[in-house]
Amino acid sequence: MASPPPAARARRRRGSLAPYGFLGPATVLFTLFFALPIGFAVYLSLRAVKVKGLGLGSHARTEVWAGLSNYTSALADPELLSGSGRVLLYGALLVPTMLGAALFFALLLDVPRVRFGAFSRLVIFLPYAVPGIVASTLWGFLYLPQVSPGYYLLTQAGMSGPDLLHGNGLYLAMANIAVWGGTGFNMIVIYTSLRALPAELYEAARLDGCSELQIALRIKIPLVAPSLVLTFFFSMIATLQVFAEPMTIKPLTNSMSSTWSPLMKVYRDAFVQGNIYSAAATSVVIAAATLLLSFGFLKLVNKRANGGS
Amino acid sequence: MHRRLALAAAAALCGTLVLSACSSDGGSGDSAKAASGPVKLTFWSWAPNMDKVAEIWNKAHPDIQVSVLKQAGGDDLVTKTITAAKAGNAPDLLQAEYQALPTLVSNDVLADIAKQAGSAKSQFADGVWKQVTLGSDAVYAIPEDTAPLAFYYRQDLFEQYGLKVPTTWDEFAAAARTLKQKAPEKSLTTFSANDPGLFAGLAQQAGAKWWTTSGESWKVAIDDPATKKVADFWSGLVKDGSVDNQPMYTPAWSKALNDGTQIGWVSAVWAPGVLTSSAPDTKGKWAMAPLPQWESGASVTGSWGGSATGVTTGAVKSGHAEAAAKFATWLNTDPEALAGLVQQVNVYPAATSAQTGSLLSAAPEFFANQPDFYARAAEIAKGTAPAAWGPNVNVAYSAFKDAFGKAAQDKGDFGPALSTMQQSTVEDLKKNGFQVG
Repeated sequence: MASPPPAARARRRRGSLAPYGFLGPATVLFTLFFALPIGFAVYLSLRAVKVKGLGLGSHARTEVWAGLSNYTSALADPELLSGSGRVLLYGALLVPTMLGAALFFALLLDVPRVRFGAFSRLVIFLPYAVPGIVASTLWGFLYLPQVSPGYYLLTQAGMSGPDLLHGNGLYLAMANIAVWGGTGFNMIVIYTSLRALPAELYEAARLDGCSELQIALRIKIPLVAPSLVLTFFFSMIATLQVFAEPMTIKPLTNSMSSTWSPLMKVYRDAFVQGNIYSAAATSVVIAAATLLLSFGFLKLVNKRANGGS
Repeated sequence: MHRRLALAAAAALCGTLVLSACSSDGGSGDSAKAASGPVKLTFWSWAPNMDKVAEIWNKAHPDIQVSVLKQAGGDDLVTKTITAAKAGNAPDLLQAEYQALPTLVSNDVLADIAKQAGSAKSQFADGVWKQVTLGSDAVYAIPEDTAPLAFYYRQDLFEQYGLKVPTTWDEFAAAARTLKQKAPEKSLTTFSANDPGLFAGLAQQAGAKWWTTSGESWKVAIDDPATKKVADFWSGLVKDGSVDNQPMYTPAWSKALNDGTQIGWVSAVWAPGVLTSSAPDTKGKWAMAPLPQWESGASVTGSWGGSATGVTTGAVKSGHAEAAAKFATWLNTDPEALAGLVQQVNVYPAATSAQTGSLLSAAPEFFANQPDFYARAAEIAKGTAPAAWGPNVNVAYSAFKDAFGKAAQDKGDFGPALSTMQQSTVEDLKKNGFQVG
């Protein structure tokens, strides 16, 4: 009597297998396309090539165990650090401008009497649909004083344009491309969460004599703070991974080195200098730093949120 | 944005996986039929219309069929080939620039075809042939095209500003300064930090030998006196603004050529092709002259590019080496193939018979004003200084771009940039276990 009838036992066993069945495909995909490549990159980062003699004969190169030497040289390379510095500066220009503009547009579109709302939304979003390489080619053309219509108009008006492809102008030039491309996406995220707020809140506020500006500042912004955190988080990761845009601008100017951003250094090591081992080590370092920064940021935000409530 | 890039890359990767799955199917069927069917060879080349030249061969040789897989040229092609070879997916035949040959040989990508194709030696100039043997008894590729340097200038504007075509570098500098005085907005040329190949060619002309071997060790002499002389010469011109410092191959540079802001260009024999597309409005206004000399009366030049056809170790493994070497030799020595290379692919062939023969009797359309263009080119090509490439040209070149880019922008001294280039190159060799003497 203590044991359940056999049919029920079988049912329970089948039931306990089901979760694994559901997990299966995701686990297989995760292992194949995520864990394995990362594992392989870590493996490569611990290897190196050693050459015999002149290195010209057949089998002159052998792969050997390198320990942590790729990591020590990656971390000792001043270009990695200064590349990170450049990217941080770029991010400091980009992220506040982009998110500020996105929030501003989202709030404007959310005002009840807005006209052409759907059209404006589409127009602001459209640049996001333009691939980064295309956008950079386009902007690069506009940044070259000799061929840019903008500079032409400025000279006609007797003014000289800013030098955007050299020195500190380069940061502005790069951030501008990203602001142009990214504002629309972030605006949609913020706008969507604005639309999800209950309208009664605004009604109550209006009854209490709140202006639209006060509603925006006192009600809307605090309530969409979670999506601001989310967009900030995404923008931060995208900034750390900036690659396609500077690579496209690079041939246009002497001022952008092949190690301008950390990922460009990875590309140069792997595909220009042919050293995948050092590139793998640098990639692992960048991944670790990104992970650390991301989780650090999330933890900070959570602590704030918990502390506040 | 990066997510999209990653997605695109993933999609491209999936595409490649599917493609390679297809091709490996073809491969296995191929070896099964090897006894009866034709040998199928793959040929990686970036040259446009190379497939049309291969078509000529395929018609005449039903037993050896070559299919051309067009590649994008550039820095990463060498890495791509090395990676493919490691994975066992290398093509049978490969177009490679001369300076990449030591790197490819050192990574076991190119096979020694001295036995099959060594007899082709007589068809090429000694200096060119040395580049494919790497100074040894082996033959790693058959020269395809060469690119001797020359000086191109706007005939009409030289006349307008009363400039004499420079025969020495001193005259070149004087011409640059005279032009700046007469027309400050114009420049004789630009020093582009994007193009290490040109700088390497100019150093070659001055007598530099960047990589040499003695016994089992490499010697790197990128900062030798000859190269220093070239670097100092250009840094002098850039510093006082006598020549421009903008990179080449940008929309701004094309415009400068097209509207006559830049009235001269130190370039190679392939320049007419570039000018045709970059400066279409200046057709018939350019002329070619020998490269200015360091010693008056000399006639030495360097090279900027040029490539050869190699047979891979993969072809040796699959037993196709013989067939591949036959094709490589045919492509670069047979009159019909050379005609195809000249007319369809638009290269300046390496084979001496083609350089002086009737194939190149007519000048390029863009240079119709200089009917003896190719006769002059052949004369210039005779003085090509030997090149000395090593196993990490890619590292030296990428160091050049960064260091000289910065120096050219700051209009500073090029000396430190040259030292950086030397140091990076030596360090990389040492790191890889090469002996450096």
